[in-house]
Amino acid sequence: MGPAIRVEGLFVQRGGQAVLNGVSFSIPAGKIIAVIGPSGVGKTTLLQTLSGLVKPCGGSISVNPGGELKTGSALRAFRRQTGMVFQEHALIGRLTAIDNVLLGLADRRHPLSLLPWLRDERYRAALALNEMGLLHRATVRADRLSGGERQRVGIARALVREPALLLADEPFASVDPALVAQLSQSIRRRVKTDGMTAVLVMHQLETALSLADHLIALADGQVAFAGSPDAFDDHTRAWVFRRFGGP
Amino acid sequence: MSAFPASEMAVVFAHARRRGFQQALGLSLAMFVAALAFGYAGALEANRYVDAWATLATLLGDAFPPDFGRWRSWAGPILDTLAMSVVGTLLGSLIALPLGALAACGVGPRWMRGAVLMLLNTLRSIPGLVWGILFVAAVGFGPLPGIFALACHSAGVIGKLFAEILEHVDPAPGAALSSHGVSALGILRFSVWPQVMPRLVDAVLYRWDHNLRAAMTLGLVGAGGLGLAIATAFHLFEYREALALIIVLFGLVTGVNFAGSRIRARLLGTR
Repeated sequence: MGPAIRVEGLFVQRGGQAVLNGVSFSIPAGKIIAVIGPSGVGKTTLLQTLSGLVKPCGGSISVNPGGELKTGSALRAFRRQTGMVFQEHALIGRLTAIDNVLLGLADRRHPLSLLPWLRDERYRAALALNEMGLLHRATVRADRLSGGERQRVGIARALVREPALLLADEPFASVDPALVAQLSQSIRRRVKTDGMTAVLVMHQLETALSLADHLIALADGQVAFAGSPDAFDDHTRAWVFRRFGGP
Repeated sequence: MSAFPASEMAVVFAHARRRGFQQALGLSLAMFVAALAFGYAGALEANRYVDAWATLATLLGDAFPPDFGRWRSWAGPILDTLAMSVVGTLLGSLIALPLGALAACGVGPRWMRGAVLMLLNTLRSIPGLVWGILFVAAVGFGPLPGIFALACHSAGVIGKLFAEILEHVDPAPGAALSSHGVSALGILRFSVWPQVMPRLVDAVLYRWDHNLRAAMTLGLVGAGGLGLAIATAFHLFEYREALALIIVLFGLVTGVNFAGSRIRARLLGTR
């Protein structure tokens, strides 16, 4: 089962400006959580703070099991069970798709090891690519893939780790709408069968509402709504739609 | 539709006029400096060119046809030149790697960066020929001083290039690995190295190409190789043999160029 996360009074500054201003919420274990909100509201910053890439000025993040992420060793242990997907893909252009996916297993290798990736590791990477419908593009360099394909390689790199927690920043942003359902299903299956917890920052509100078990809406650096998508009432929905410029 | 913003358009045109004036001024200044330099170097003195073509024609006439008669004795100098260029480049690259990493912005401590940059500047501001004279005095004649001379100058050049390559590494893949709990050494190995390796090999191959020609000139100060053989042929007025040796050198440089471009194309994916 993936970890449950408790965030309390999180305060993050960037460029002297408060991006997250006392954010508190709980993430239940083994569920899909969608973080929504207008552009520039701090969704990406929240995700990067959860992964330890951005250091908060105040507040705390606790995981269960694991406790508060205060020390370097607690953060390292937490990160080892995490898979992260970046909005800008963060791939190495000159490496092939499968070599980029294999980088998801880099924490399990000695940094000075010159041995090639094991057959089993390659098999797992190929499976992850296949899950993303990209096995036929495995030996193509990442810089020759389309934006949507690169995005799916980024997801495969996170999923090959079989993470207990998936942190994904706009995982469907540049993906063909026809594929969104397939990818959603893939994440849903891992949550169901492996007990993975998934935190997805999303801008497609309808996809978020249909996929997520739990919704967190951010506004002005604070949590405007946290709860079940069913409880996402008309008033809040109208507010969010207005902000998103949707129907 | 909004009103025509006349004042903003005026700013745009004023900017274009200013840019045009600056470009014309820059070009005029560059041409003036170039003319001054030509004049100072004597390139504008017509009497210097009176006998030039005739002398060149005589020299070329004396050098034809090239004489390959003593080709058996050239194996040693060719191997000396190749060994000097290969070992000098490799040794220089090995010295350049840690120095370049320390010279890159944001890698080493700031005070050390300044000191290392100064060391790299010193290494490459002293010409290879001067390094050659120093090392011939230190370790005697032969390819060994040539190797050290090439290594010192190459370390300065490759180290600076390596620092610049490192500064342009995309940090995003490293952040992705960091979020997965990969250590700093792991990020260097799995994210930084794959990104810098082709550019680094590219820089080293260019340097090898340069060093092959530099190894020849080092022969003139006693570092052996084809350079010494060509200089000796000229001193003995054996222009036909000198031309044959120059043709051999041309073949070597072309071969190294060809090999380098094949490796570069493979690494950089430009094929």
